[in-house]
Amino acid sequence: MQLARVMGEVVSTMKDANLAGMKLLVVQPLLASGEPVGRTLVALDSVGAGVGENVFFVRGREAAFPFYPVEPPTDATIIGIVDQWSTE
Amino acid sequence: MILAKIVGTVVATRKDERLLSTKLLVARPIDPRGKAEGSYLVAVDTVDAGFGETVLIVSGSSARMASGLKDCPVDAAIVGIVDTIEVKD
Repeated sequence: MQLARVMGEVVSTMKDANLAGMKLLVVQPLLASGEPVGRTLVALDSVGAGVGENVFFVRGREAAFPFYPVEPPTDATIIGIVDQWSTE
Repeated sequence: MILAKIVGTVVATRKDERLLSTKLLVARPIDPRGKAEGSYLVAVDTVDAGFGETVLIVSGSSARMASGLKDCPVDAAIVGIVDTIEVKD
């Protein structure tokens, strides 16, 4: 899983049937320091996250699991909203 | 998933038989503000996307979960046509 900040929203009408009704958010991965790192990507939301919030998301085939038994074609899904984090 | 713009088509007569009658498109990844980034990729179209459109591409083994691609040798599938992108500055 990776830390990220939600930067925006994507609207798509014509999409895979298994993506119907799902929220698409633009996320920017973060370093532990809070600095942005790497490219932005689009993730599905399974926890009700919103723009400006810090979240963590899962990548790969597992990104579909939060929606079981539906199997949406996604490779990134937000699975938690971060209240706070700290590093030594 | 990544955002990309459709920049071309691919025609292949000789290909894996599980790819028969699929539409292959050339896509250029973009950032949410529309700037091109990274290298081009070939993706299977499952939503009838067209030249110049902004689309959502799912990569890796997740691409096989797109409609009609079960057990296909595919690692990039177009699963949505983007209407709008809104990003906070």
